[in-house]
Amino acid sequence: MANNILVVAEARGGDVRKVALEVVAAARSLADGLGGEVHAIVFGGAGIGAVAPKLGAVGADVVLVVEHDGFATYNAEAVAATVATQITTGGYRAALFGASAMGQDLAPRIGARLRVGVAADVVAVSADGTDIVVRHPMNTNKIIATMVLSATPALVSVRPGAVSVGTSAKAGAVQSVASAMDPAAGRVKVTGVSMGGGAKLDLAEAPVIVSGGRGLKAAENFSLVEELAAAFGNAAVGATRAVTDDGWRPHSDQIGQTGRQVSPDLYVAVGISGAIQHIAGMRNSKTIVAINKDKDAPIFKVADYGIVGDVFEILPALTAAVKAARAQG
Amino acid sequence: MKIAVCIKRVADMGARFQIGADGTSVSDAGIKYDMSDFDEWAVEAALQLNEKHGGGEVTVISLGPDAAQETIRKALAMGADKGVHLKADRIPFDGFAIAEALAAELKDGAYDLILFGRIAVDSAAGVTGAMVAELLGLPCVTAVSKLDVNGAMGTAERQVEGGVETLSFPLPALCTIDQGLVTQARYPSLKGIMAAKKKPLESKPAQLGAISVSVRKMELPPERSAGRIVGEGAAAVPELIRLLQTEAKVL
Ligand SMILES: Cc1cc2nc3c(=O)[nH]c(=O)nc-3n(C[C@H](O)[C@H](O)[C@H](O)COP(=O)(O)OP(=O)(O)OC[C@H]3O[C@@H](n4cnc5c(N)ncnc54)[C@H](O)[C@@H]3O)c2cc1C
Repeated sequence: MANNILVVAEARGGDVRKVALEVVAAARSLADGLGGEVHAIVFGGAGIGAVAPKLGAVGADVVLVVEHDGFATYNAEAVAATVATQITTGGYRAALFGASAMGQDLAPRIGARLRVGVAADVVAVSADGTDIVVRHPMNTNKIIATMVLSATPALVSVRPGAVSVGTSAKAGAVQSVASAMDPAAGRVKVTGVSMGGGAKLDLAEAPVIVSGGRGLKAAENFSLVEELAAAFGNAAVGATRAVTDDGWRPHSDQIGQTGRQVSPDLYVAVGISGAIQHIAGMRNSKTIVAINKDKDAPIFKVADYGIVGDVFEILPALTAAVKAARAQG
Repeated sequence: MKIAVCIKRVADMGARFQIGADGTSVSDAGIKYDMSDFDEWAVEAALQLNEKHGGGEVTVISLGPDAAQETIRKALAMGADKGVHLKADRIPFDGFAIAEALAAELKDGAYDLILFGRIAVDSAAGVTGAMVAELLGLPCVTAVSKLDVNGAMGTAERQVEGGVETLSFPLPALCTIDQGLVTQARYPSLKGIMAAKKKPLESKPAQLGAISVSVRKMELPPERSAGRIVGEGAAAVPELIRLLQTEAKVL
């Protein structure tokens, strides 16, 4: 009991997000190290309990289902109240969140309620004796800090994409939990949610990112970037700040020091100079490809593979070649 | 409106960092400091709100060593009215310890709005703002990319993965500011810099809360090994594909 781990499993549109499975996987290995169980709590509208087998399949012993129409979208105040109550009554050793927009909003609220700190945006979490130890990239990924959490509960948010999901199937036994607060009683009201294209892969979840810079010359030329992303089949589209400031792409697509921090398997930088503030957001990508007409562009210093030349000539050829390579399997 | 903005002095991220002799800190040597980007936007947002709605007062608060007063002076030079320095020789890594000190300072300030940057670019945790809101019992919206106030109500947009949420909330409230809200924070004018010298700046010890998250070790990540230019123009594409398949194994 005292070594059990609670996971707040993020759901959206009636399904769990990939980051939820990753956090359950992280909790599973932590619980195995401490000798405890993994309990995943999931919030959603009617029928959300149907996700329980997915959480069990990646290591949740118990799935706590909080079903309420008011949880069809994220309701910060009622979710925070319910999770804080569950942590206290359940006597958990730790609670894990995804370091997503939701988890980054939720974890500190719970920290303040329970009067403990939060280790945010970690890329690894493990047990060291009775301590919980995490690794957290800081200073725009230029420093890795190892941090120790001494309080119970230890609150940790795990960076999306940092943990791979294994197969460690557990029962995923469903228990129903009531909201600790009427979701309609919150002071902050969500009055609208607009999602840009439902099937679009999020930058944090995509194994491949094709990112465009000012070298594309105009907003409409991003169709070349989108076509290359589509050819990969599992790619999201990113951008530099020069591009988002000019309104060619939404701000949410910006990668860098003041945008998103990503670490895909493959990052293709197209017409991007490689300013230090951009590199801050993508330097941890496993493989980096750069296409730039300037052979001295700083992006080539971090790229594993570079092609010097005109994006308008190279992108169509690359898109066709990627399609052909994938068709061959 | 009476607005408070909490700001942090951080290292310039362009630097080549070194680990300090104790192994648990970033070396100070050769490092320049400035206000965290997101905090600069929060100051700008506060000034713009008061310009739009006519009048009001902006107080900036910074917790940190004596040098944090330079960061406060910069915000005063941008146009904020007064500053409070909560003195702590080292800024802890536990956002809760900081949140307690800030909440103690903010509690009796009768602020209509309290702003933070979404994240400090150095410690990159992004927890302090929402913690302060909880400690003060205030409505809170994090990662705000659009913000307006109409009488006693505020409206905000926040970016979530793949979309945008629109929210409304009663004042007083606390928001953390993301990129997108302002395009560029104003530069302090010479007149602003002169005026800032005469603006009130109070310094007092920070009442830090208990620390439960601490640094055991800091390391530099492994350097990326030097890459190579595969070739020029579309002719280089087949070789790139081959490398992605056989060497990087990502295709
Ligand atoms: C405080 C602060 C925070 C910042 N945060 C971020 C951030 O989070 N993310 C970010 O991205 N930036 C950020 N920036 C901005 C950053 O400094 C750069 O200005 C920006 O990244 C440049 O974007 P870019 O590479 O698209 O444009 P440019 O620097 O203009 O580069 C365009 C590149 O395209 C190449 N090119 C042009 N035409 C072609 C062609 N036909 N074919 C091939 N190549 C071509 C050029 O050779 C050039 O290298 C920040 C700046 C500041 C001051």
